[in-house]
Amino acid sequence: MIDLSNVSKTFTLHNQGSAVIEVLSDVSLTVAPGECVALTGASGAGKSTLMRMIYGNYRAQAGVIRVGGVDLVQAEPREIIRLRREVLGYVSQFLRVVPRVPTLDVVAEPLRAVGVSSDEARTRAKELLAQLNIPERLWSLSPTTFSGGEQQRVNIARGFAHAYPAMLLDEPTASLDAANREVVLSLIEAAKARGAAIIGIFHDEAARARVCDREIDVSRFTPGLSSGSEAVERYNESAA
Amino acid sequence: MTPLLSVQGITKRYGAHIGCADVSFDLYPGEVMGIVGESGSGKSTLLNCMAGHLRPDAGSVVFDTRGHGPRDTVTMSEPERRMLGRTDWAFVHQHARDGLRMGVSAGGNVGERLMAVGARHYGDIRDKAVDWLERVEIDAGRVDDRPTTFSGGMQQRLQIARNLVTGPRLVFMDEPTGGLDVSVQARLLDLLRGLVRDMGLSAIIVTHDLAVVRLLADRLMVMKDGHVVENGLTDQVLDDPQHAYTQLLVSSVLQV
Repeated sequence: MIDLSNVSKTFTLHNQGSAVIEVLSDVSLTVAPGECVALTGASGAGKSTLMRMIYGNYRAQAGVIRVGGVDLVQAEPREIIRLRREVLGYVSQFLRVVPRVPTLDVVAEPLRAVGVSSDEARTRAKELLAQLNIPERLWSLSPTTFSGGEQQRVNIARGFAHAYPAMLLDEPTASLDAANREVVLSLIEAAKARGAAIIGIFHDEAARARVCDREIDVSRFTPGLSSGSEAVERYNESAA
Repeated sequence: MTPLLSVQGITKRYGAHIGCADVSFDLYPGEVMGIVGESGSGKSTLLNCMAGHLRPDAGSVVFDTRGHGPRDTVTMSEPERRMLGRTDWAFVHQHARDGLRMGVSAGGNVGERLMAVGARHYGDIRDKAVDWLERVEIDAGRVDDRPTTFSGGMQQRLQIARNLVTGPRLVFMDEPTGGLDVSVQARLLDLLRGLVRDMGLSAIIVTHDLAVVRLLADRLMVMKDGHVVENGLTDQVLDDPQHAYTQLLVSSVLQV
């Protein structure tokens, strides 16, 4: 379902003396339907970079990144948009929403985008919000003013609303209490059971051990430049 | 799939100065494209060349018309181009007063575009005008008021209603949120996003505001000195800019 071969990534910082930072080289990996693979490695090893490349958010300099038959390295924007709408879900660590849109609609939106009726999409959104313990009185409000933990749960609800065949999860259990962590892990297990191919970053080792079938240490794709990877982290922070 | 708009080699010079040079791209139905760049980068020149307000020195702007399939709008006759401008195309100006008739009531502004495409029944026109005022969140009670009595945000929403009432397929927008308060901007962006999605519109949005394109545009074109220096998926261009100028642009945004 997710298939990478010989993927490389460098950042060229034109305005900082044209520094070229090699982040990843020659990445090859495959994730089958129903499988969950964890990306591991120290901070700065390139886990998030790799995940963003699979989502088409970062551009690869070389190689093939195939998700559901589409090569994200070569695809046109509209092909990537279609892939993200129908096939490839991504739960990032941060919720980014249009101001004013109620939480219920934020969560229902991915379903509306694939043609599910408004009622059905809202019903599913309500189920997920209830499951993730977001109080019902908040559903009609925009999540922009919610606490960090609430925003993250809204983000997860949105990410799991549509049954994507492939999913990318960036620290889905970070900063959640035990009860909500359990809900998220069961959502991941349910997604695997229906055949989703999942790649995740989990600092929570117990969570990783429970839901992941394999681990891939990203540092083996990192050209040995520890100072370089710090610069990339800095670059990523400034770009975010 | 046939592109809705296919732009090839658009070039416009002002004497020795380059307005925009050799710009080409295809826009597909339902796509929203942003064009960013600083003042003087040629983005408005390009928009005006595409929308038929300026005649390019070279290049073609092929639009997939309803009746006759793909036609080059640069070489078509003026009446044909004007007809397109009243039916399948819409143009939202930065300053609402450039796109509105300030001496005519709000309802008249919306109704006028309907009459331009042949609507004659007063009751129908008025009903439709009221319906559209409500869709852009203007109180129906203001239908007989002139836009001069409206706030800047309301005028901009009225301009959008006037443009969209005939069900266009392609909307050109020139800094649609420029000069508005941020709270008014947010409301307008939310409205535009909803309309684009519900009506399946294609749109080309010129702006210098990167936050606006992140919210509205699927894809992004970055211009500098009349040339396209980078283009691609919006979030990719903003999060992993490849060109020196785009990197500078993205890193220059102040964080709030």
